[in-house]
Amino acid sequence: MSREIAVVSFVQTEHTGADAGLSETEMLAPLITEIKERTGQKRFGFTCSGSNDYLAGAPFSFVSALDAVGAWPPISESHVEMDAAWALYEAWVKLLHGEIDTALVYGFGKSSQGVQREIATAQLDPYHLAPLGVDQVSLAALQARAYLDRAGVKEDDLRAVAARSRAAGHDNPYALHLDEPDAGEEYDVAPLRPYDIAPITDGAAAIVLAAGDKARELCERPAWIRGIDHRSDPHSPGARDLSRSESARIAGEKAGAAGVEVAELHAAFTHEELILREALGIGEATAVNPSGGPLSANPVMATGLIRIGEAAARIHDGTATRVLGHATAGPCLQQNLVCVLSGEK
Amino acid sequence: MGNACAIVGVGQTAYKTKRLDVSMAGLLREAARRALDDAGLTWKDIDAVVIGKAPDLFEGVMMPEAYLADALGAAGKPIMRVHTAGSVGGSTAIVAASLVQGGVHDRVLTIAWEKQSESNATWGLTVSGPFTTSLVVGAGGYFAPHIRAYMRRSGAPDHIGTLVAVKDRQNAIKNPYAHLRIPGISREMVESTPMLWEPIRYLETCPSSDGACAMVLASEDAAKKAPNKPAWVHGTAMRSEPIFFAGRDTVNPQGGKDAAADVYRQAGIADPRRELDVAEVYVPFSWYEPMWLENLGFCGEGEGWKLTESGATAMDGDIPWNASGGVLSSNPIGASGMIRFAEAALQVRGLAGDHQVDGARRALGHAYGGGAQFFAMWVVGSDKP
Repeated sequence: MSREIAVVSFVQTEHTGADAGLSETEMLAPLITEIKERTGQKRFGFTCSGSNDYLAGAPFSFVSALDAVGAWPPISESHVEMDAAWALYEAWVKLLHGEIDTALVYGFGKSSQGVQREIATAQLDPYHLAPLGVDQVSLAALQARAYLDRAGVKEDDLRAVAARSRAAGHDNPYALHLDEPDAGEEYDVAPLRPYDIAPITDGAAAIVLAAGDKARELCERPAWIRGIDHRSDPHSPGARDLSRSESARIAGEKAGAAGVEVAELHAAFTHEELILREALGIGEATAVNPSGGPLSANPVMATGLIRIGEAAARIHDGTATRVLGHATAGPCLQQNLVCVLSGEK
Repeated sequence: MGNACAIVGVGQTAYKTKRLDVSMAGLLREAARRALDDAGLTWKDIDAVVIGKAPDLFEGVMMPEAYLADALGAAGKPIMRVHTAGSVGGSTAIVAASLVQGGVHDRVLTIAWEKQSESNATWGLTVSGPFTTSLVVGAGGYFAPHIRAYMRRSGAPDHIGTLVAVKDRQNAIKNPYAHLRIPGISREMVESTPMLWEPIRYLETCPSSDGACAMVLASEDAAKKAPNKPAWVHGTAMRSEPIFFAGRDTVNPQGGKDAAADVYRQAGIADPRRELDVAEVYVPFSWYEPMWLENLGFCGEGEGWKLTESGATAMDGDIPWNASGGVLSSNPIGASGMIRFAEAALQVRGLAGDHQVDGARRALGHAYGGGAQFFAMWVVGSDKP
């Protein structure tokens, strides 16, 4: 099976750092309308979404989202309880072999509704790890320490990542506009300070994929998916070298990460960007997270999809020819997805 | 439909109220290892893992693919998790098949499960968001009014549900994995049990089960090396519709009709009752057999209960439904759809044991979920399409 598939449209909400009083469906509805208008498509061959019940604290958060999609007459639809980047992967597979030529993908999350770092604890091994109560930031700090010790990188280098990301975020109308990191800030969990950690964010994003000529019809400069792959590392933090990301390395190799001009990385902590740069072989010549990245806006469950969308947008606007979008899931970069896109050959 | 996709391995756990002898990972491994054994493969041979289950609140482990990656041999490999409510077991199998049909992988392990004993499913279904009212009814309370609407519309007599409850439990006695195997099950026994949600009696509902079901799906090349006879995917379909809106037919949902039409078209089936040999259909409450008989086109509207009453869906009928005992006999929620898909495959492979339907060559696997709004189906056959 070989079929050319492209990202032809990408939209996102103006993300907020606090609850803006909208339900998930209300957040999503204008976005779906916008992407339908932009592509001129009222119906899609396949629809797939990513969300997480624990953010809403109730089961089936994707069920009410169907109201925003307008699933009538009934639609061919699926859902992953993962970042919507994996929903995009499922839709890409469907387009490879299906009798369809378009797919709608969306993801949404309101992390303002709970305590994100504690909610993430519910994802850990329920028998050996979760009962210890270790939270997301503490686990990330373990990884940061392991990386700093191995790579000889300093905390100032982490702050530089935050500073660059926040500055870039100011040029992105959809991101939160955060202040320059203050070197005097106390540790949250050492060696991480508050600016090393992605902000609590509510938001959503949607992408339309299309195959072959349909993509050319819907988009002046389609962002063709040249390679997409995802891999997992072992879950237990003691069963892997936390200072490296082996799964990102394999996914990058399979997807063809070498030589991209722009890389949008799903790094929700400053040190994660550095680990990912190393794993994906991204050098100084590559612009990393020109959107501001997750450190400027982190609507959980859409953050990874937004990376692919932001990377594709650089192809759409003609400012780059080969780009990379990355998504991660699980504690300490456990799962990684890499999507490499380019313009016409 | 893409490249050919074969089912070369099927594995199931025993379905029980509480599987206290295994962890969640242990439960999944039990099913997965049986599927790998059936396929003559080891963990190393697998290219990718696709898992599915109903809401994470059922066990209290959020996005459990992260924790399960190690136990399922997924380190260094792709693993993803599907969630489409009660239809998820079916949808998960379809996503896994898609990876083979799209030429992405040659051997995919897919597993669906629920370990209901780790939490309380009715509680998990009842929690509601900040802007919605909780019905506090669980699934039975939600579906009972739809069943009453069906009875009024079709004029079905009261005892039809009882007949299904007895038939499926009689079938379950022949299935060593089934949860409810009730010796001497009879109409009198069903009718003597308490009314839970009128018209649904205790023995007309599915049990709460722990359990997992796994399959190994393979490309044509990989299937050639399989030690046992494969089943082949002849078509897959998923459909969804919104849960509440004026004019929606919740008794005979359009999404189910559309998914059935799509999967029959792919499989080249014009008359499902005649051209299918056996069907494994998601019937968690007895009355859903006659309702789905109509929705899936096995008979005309209003005729489903007559088919059930005539015995057509019994083991010795012309179109046996749920020879395995169905969801009424085993219900590890997230796995229940995949069990339907897997049992359909076992039938056309001729490996269904004591509940084998003689000479079955084509079978339907079906799952539904949410407020009867999510549908997943596949048709499998003994011949390569």
